[in-house]
Amino acid sequence: MTAKAVASPKVHRKSLGRRMADSWQLYVLLLIPVVITIVYKYGPMYGIQIAFRNYNPGLGITGSPWVGWKWFERFFRAPTFDRMLWNTVKLSLYSLLWGFPVPILLSLALNQLRFKRLKRTVQTVIYAPHFISTMVICGMLRIFLSPSGGLINLIAGTKVDFLTEAGAFRTIYVASGIWQEAGWGTIIYLATLSSIDASLYEAAKVDGASVFQRILHIDIPCLLPMIILQLIMSASGLMSVGFEKAYLLQTDLNRATSDIIAIYVYEQGIVNAKYELGTAVGLFNTAINIVLLVIVNRIAKKFGDVSFV
Amino acid sequence: MSVISRRKQGELGGFSDRTSDIILIVISVIVLLIVAYPLYYVLVASLSDPYDVYAGKTFLMPSQFTFNGYKAVFAEPNIMRGYGNSILYTVVGTIYSVALIYLVAYPLSVKEMPGRKLVSIFFIITMYFGGGLIPTYLIVQKTGIMQTIWAMFLPGGVAVSNAIIARNYFENSIPGALKEAASIDGASHFRIFFSMIIPLSTPILSVMVIFSMVAYWNDWFTALIYMTNEQAPLPLVLRNILIKSSASANQASMISGGYAELNKMTEMIKFASIIVAAAPMLIAYPFVQKYFEKGLMAGAVKG
Repeated sequence: MTAKAVASPKVHRKSLGRRMADSWQLYVLLLIPVVITIVYKYGPMYGIQIAFRNYNPGLGITGSPWVGWKWFERFFRAPTFDRMLWNTVKLSLYSLLWGFPVPILLSLALNQLRFKRLKRTVQTVIYAPHFISTMVICGMLRIFLSPSGGLINLIAGTKVDFLTEAGAFRTIYVASGIWQEAGWGTIIYLATLSSIDASLYEAAKVDGASVFQRILHIDIPCLLPMIILQLIMSASGLMSVGFEKAYLLQTDLNRATSDIIAIYVYEQGIVNAKYELGTAVGLFNTAINIVLLVIVNRIAKKFGDVSFV
Repeated sequence: MSVISRRKQGELGGFSDRTSDIILIVISVIVLLIVAYPLYYVLVASLSDPYDVYAGKTFLMPSQFTFNGYKAVFAEPNIMRGYGNSILYTVVGTIYSVALIYLVAYPLSVKEMPGRKLVSIFFIITMYFGGGLIPTYLIVQKTGIMQTIWAMFLPGGVAVSNAIIARNYFENSIPGALKEAASIDGASHFRIFFSMIIPLSTPILSVMVIFSMVAYWNDWFTALIYMTNEQAPLPLVLRNILIKSSASANQASMISGGYAELNKMTEMIKFASIIVAAAPMLIAYPFVQKYFEKGLMAGAVKG
């Protein structure tokens, strides 16, 4: 017993080589994930350089001739460039603006709900849409929005073909996004709220605070760090607005608002096999995302004691 | 005077609590209806005559109750093959993803491992920066896994955010004393991993399993770019039915009643296939729902 007590401080003084030898089994566990990550995550990062080359599979990535900013210039000069850029920015900004507060408001309401069974039921139901494939959601949207007998037109008594109206696209996109993800978004806030000390509420009640006052003075301050954290994460993904839904809800007639950069990457890069152009546009997107992440992270650091990276 | 006393009475007498209870219940019920009704409507429509659906006769109950939509879905070879493919990708992909998450999470939870920080950074970088769609596509081509099941999950790499959640769980929820006692008793890292970490982490394991299952079950884009039509999973098969609204040759040959009947059948298949595609995950998630909060919080504590 004493021998062990004496020996234990020495554990930390072991040489690096010795400690690495002790950990060999951990390195074995890490081996497969590291190899896969190198090949399929770092490999593509290395491949980004084809954005600056005329890619020729025969010559390989480094053997292909260097062409500088050619592909970026082609992208910037594309006739739909302005449209794609603004559609991408607007679509994600609106999603964030409208979608971000909803889970917060929902969880504030649910947290104050005293009927636990109702609370549980609501929670279970509002999580459901998160588990449905975008493909199925878009199929449902197409049915609901159909001009002949679609649910929305039946209720409104109209015959509008919403998916051919460029003006309706963003509303459809944002509203269905809220429907699908707002419930799931409450989890993190509800979990944070559940950590609030019950005695705080008791004290507030004794002082005569109404539910609204309790939310204002207890719940919201408690949620604030989490809200900021979530905001950083959402804002940094501004340019990676969901490709899937925009692509599946796109029709020839709503392209004026549904054309986003991610669709261009897919159509040029995969469908037309213009690998260099697709890579360049993808890189453009990633670069903006990283700049945004850094900016938002800075701002958040100033306002609160939170930082994500 | 009267305003003040009424306010005081309201706050102290519990009156305002009861009012707010009612408001909260009303809000809850409205939210419940907004989320559940579209799903319910599709379910009802899938059991009704499509012409009645489009005539607005199925807001609450099925009209001319029928299982024909489901019969047609299960008779459609494309959908059934898609179902089979989806099950295969989901099972194999989930095993792969969860195994990788664990293989990364456990070593990173061992504080004494030299290079722990470096390995963490190595993985976390891939969360924020990547090569993008096209370079990844080219690597998939180059490594020769195109049109094989490997293409469905290898390009995804490790689900790093999930691995962080799992690592935090191992650190915070499995007592350090237990791991220490085991290693003093001479248990190797392998031993601790297989006979302690894995059995003691079932809550987080079930969360990881359901997250991975959902991701694979709902994925169609990976298959769109890497796989052949015969290898398409269910959502991708449904694209032709739901998004492009095209009837298959099989349906056309099956139906004798001409265009109107074919049209009717196509519409019925739409509703039924939505239910068939969404049902497995909607049935599965409530079983692990109680672990969601725990799991997601563990990950958020130390991002």
